[in-house]
Amino acid sequence: MANMIADISKYLMILLIAMYTFWNFRYFGVREERRPVLAGRQNRIMYLLHFLAYAVMFLKTGEEKLLVFYGAQAVFFLCYLFFYRRFYRNHSHILVNNMCILLCVGFIILTRLSFERAVRQFVLVVFSAAVTLVIPFIIDRVWQLSRIPWVYGGLGAGLLGAVYLVGDDSYGAQLSLTVRGISVQPSEFVKIIFVFFVATMFYRSTEKRQVIVTTAAAGIHILILALSKDLGSALIFFASYVFMLFIATSDWRYLGGGVIGGALASLAGWALFSHVRVRVAVWADPWADIDNKGYQITQSLFAIGTGSWFGMGLYQGMPGKIPVVEKDFVLAAVSEEMGALFAFCVLLICVGCFIQFMMIACRMDAMFYKLIAVGLASMYIAQVFLTAGGACKFIPSTGVTLPFVSYGGSSMMSTFIVFSVIQGMYILKRDEEEEYGTDC
Amino acid sequence: MGLIVRKHKKKKSARQKTDENILGLVYAVVCLFLWLMAYVGHFLLAEREDVINNAYNARLDTFSARVERGSILSSDREVLARTETDEEGREVRIYPYGSLFAHAVGYSSRGKTGLEELANYYLLTSHIHPVSRAAAELSGRKIPGDNIVTTLDLRVQQLAKDSLGDRRGAVVVMEPDTGKILAMVSNPGFDPNSVNENWEQLVSGDNGQARLLNRAAQGLYPPGSVFKTVMLLEYIREHPADYDQFRFDCGGYFEYGDYTIQCYHGTAHGSQTLSQAFANSCNGAFASLGLNLDLKSLSSTARQLLFNTSQPVAFACTQSRFVMEEGADEWEILQTSIGQGMTQITPLHNTLITAAIANKGILMTPYLVDSVENAEGRKVKTFEPSVCQTLMSEEEARILKEMMTQVVTEGTGSALRTDSYSAAGKTGSAQFGQGKETHAWFTGFAPAEAPRIVVTVIIEEGGSGGQAAAPVAKSIFDLLLIP
Repeated sequence: MANMIADISKYLMILLIAMYTFWNFRYFGVREERRPVLAGRQNRIMYLLHFLAYAVMFLKTGEEKLLVFYGAQAVFFLCYLFFYRRFYRNHSHILVNNMCILLCVGFIILTRLSFERAVRQFVLVVFSAAVTLVIPFIIDRVWQLSRIPWVYGGLGAGLLGAVYLVGDDSYGAQLSLTVRGISVQPSEFVKIIFVFFVATMFYRSTEKRQVIVTTAAAGIHILILALSKDLGSALIFFASYVFMLFIATSDWRYLGGGVIGGALASLAGWALFSHVRVRVAVWADPWADIDNKGYQITQSLFAIGTGSWFGMGLYQGMPGKIPVVEKDFVLAAVSEEMGALFAFCVLLICVGCFIQFMMIACRMDAMFYKLIAVGLASMYIAQVFLTAGGACKFIPSTGVTLPFVSYGGSSMMSTFIVFSVIQGMYILKRDEEEEYGTDC
Repeated sequence: MGLIVRKHKKKKSARQKTDENILGLVYAVVCLFLWLMAYVGHFLLAEREDVINNAYNARLDTFSARVERGSILSSDREVLARTETDEEGREVRIYPYGSLFAHAVGYSSRGKTGLEELANYYLLTSHIHPVSRAAAELSGRKIPGDNIVTTLDLRVQQLAKDSLGDRRGAVVVMEPDTGKILAMVSNPGFDPNSVNENWEQLVSGDNGQARLLNRAAQGLYPPGSVFKTVMLLEYIREHPADYDQFRFDCGGYFEYGDYTIQCYHGTAHGSQTLSQAFANSCNGAFASLGLNLDLKSLSSTARQLLFNTSQPVAFACTQSRFVMEEGADEWEILQTSIGQGMTQITPLHNTLITAAIANKGILMTPYLVDSVENAEGRKVKTFEPSVCQTLMSEEEARILKEMMTQVVTEGTGSALRTDSYSAAGKTGSAQFGQGKETHAWFTGFAPAEAPRIVVTVIIEEGGSGGQAAAPVAKSIFDLLLIP
């Protein structure tokens, strides 16, 4: 009986997230006044999905603490949505909705994987949400943010350098700093600082000299990351820099040069670093070393393949077989138990977020804001692509997490900051339009 | 005023350009993600089953919590393996034919081997009617998994096993034009019903019997004279126009420098053409022929014939070895030319080479699973014959076929002469240790003019291939070809 309920709700959950995703894209096609109605529908779908998932998990495990946890999450979502509405009349509903649905999927899959971790994640989410609620307010008022490029540049490169020199080792890469027992992954925050750095530099000028100086500084960031063996971050920084450079200059030669330069750098990395060669070899044929180096990716393929389109159902797969599943391979776990279709929808929602970021970039007048939006959007989508592509063997695995869904405090906090900064720009623009009218 | 307007215009167009570029990036990213999803979609549609049906995928075992493992049937629909639930609710896997299919069907009580491993995914997947499924789930029963129908023919398997008797060895029977494996016997076998109970003895005791080893696919043997087929092909390739001009005068011994190569039992064959030397399995002729071959080309012919590569089968199979390279010394060349030396081959591989010769040079992918049916007998999936690869040209296959026919009509394969059909093949008596009886080989096909069956037989320490192995093949041809 429990099996049947789990089976039926499995399909229902896919249907719900598919509807949510559909409205996510339909949203752009409707008039501004109608949008809050759609947003309200999306919220209801999310609550229903959230309820169903926890109902199934409770049915499967019989653990009452799940109900308490569910209640706490539901209260959090209600409050978060309420406060946003309360503080920022002109906020982007869809952006906040997307944050919530991704968090919701993250809570579900983390609870399934490890209750303790899910609780820790929840505490971090509440903290991050509360702290970052003030960011849109700051963006709206502090124009000085655009005037201090070398503060960003120095701070960012300095932090990365510190990680390289004294960072903790995790799976062969230096990623984190531990201060008083709290482990922080600075590259997550340097991402944002880096985008501000590049935006301020190009806001000043896009003359050749400025481009060369900025490129050199960006190169230092990326080089330190590569030396720390944090290849995923290096790629993300690289992609966002090339995109920002292209948008700042509108010069296709920079985009082409960036792509060629990136290809050459990858080749150099392949020739220089053995860990790069290992990752590529494992990607090309994980079956040859299935016991050892190919273990993670083959388990991920088993998870995706066994789950197939509709998934095994919550608690009916073995996502725990994939090493670090709650971080780099969280999408494989989602795909295994909730179905590839569900995972596709999650990906499409991420792409939806990216599109919203880019639309806000288009809407902003000042190049500074445009560049920040483009930079953060590129960072975000590059990260989504690397983690999704790595989990299904589309590209070699680079060890990055899925924002808002994967387990990890630094990533959670930094993603909240990213979304809040974008939200801040949206609110800024809407307030401005209201004041001066929308014609221009 | 005009200046301001122009300036305004110019500024706007730069802005537009930027926004267009932003939009361009959006399109590029959307395309990239669509590509990614198409990739996963393709994985799920086309590669999923092959990938997840892997011994490392522990997830399949969880299927068994809801699905009762399906049965394995022979091609004539006899049950080779089925699952029964005893009074205490425990599931027991039953193999009604005991050791007969021990290697081909395998076991699933201690790890999984053979078809139990190969078809694990199908056996643990259920395609029964949704209504029956719901009924089973509501009443808390397990749903019955799908059954697989194999290509294995009970009569042929039984006959092959009986013909081997208590001699160690292996028999492989295959259809050259489809790749269907009709029988795969390895002797001695074991009882898959009691693998768990007898594990210690099977693994360690038993005094070198190696019962768990599937000799047909994993046993490496010196090929002896069956390797002359490879030498013959290489010679024809190097002398396409005048290979029939080959002559060798055999006095029972071939002396080269300090070395002597002896024909079987020192028999003097007299003046030999190429096809006579092959039919009589004249060692001297092939040793002298080998000395003049291009070793690099021979090595590549061997690779083309699937030496040193993994065999194109889904079940556990060992690679055959051909290690002679350019610059080998004369003794190695002499030995290798008559199938001794370092070369090693599995009976299954030998079958594949013979099957390609019988099928105009084209090897069909060998397979064991014919179809998958749901518990109610409805076909869920059928496996069709597929071309694996071309091992040699049609003309080369035709010449080899002709020469293999002469082995039976005029040479060492005389045990297969009959009026009922015409057979073709090659015998071998491979030495493997001082003072021991030779391994007896036969690999061949029938009917020679339109081959339907390929049989390979090896009998360890069985003596001469023509006398020990060929009759086993004949009994199988008789069964399948005489109405």
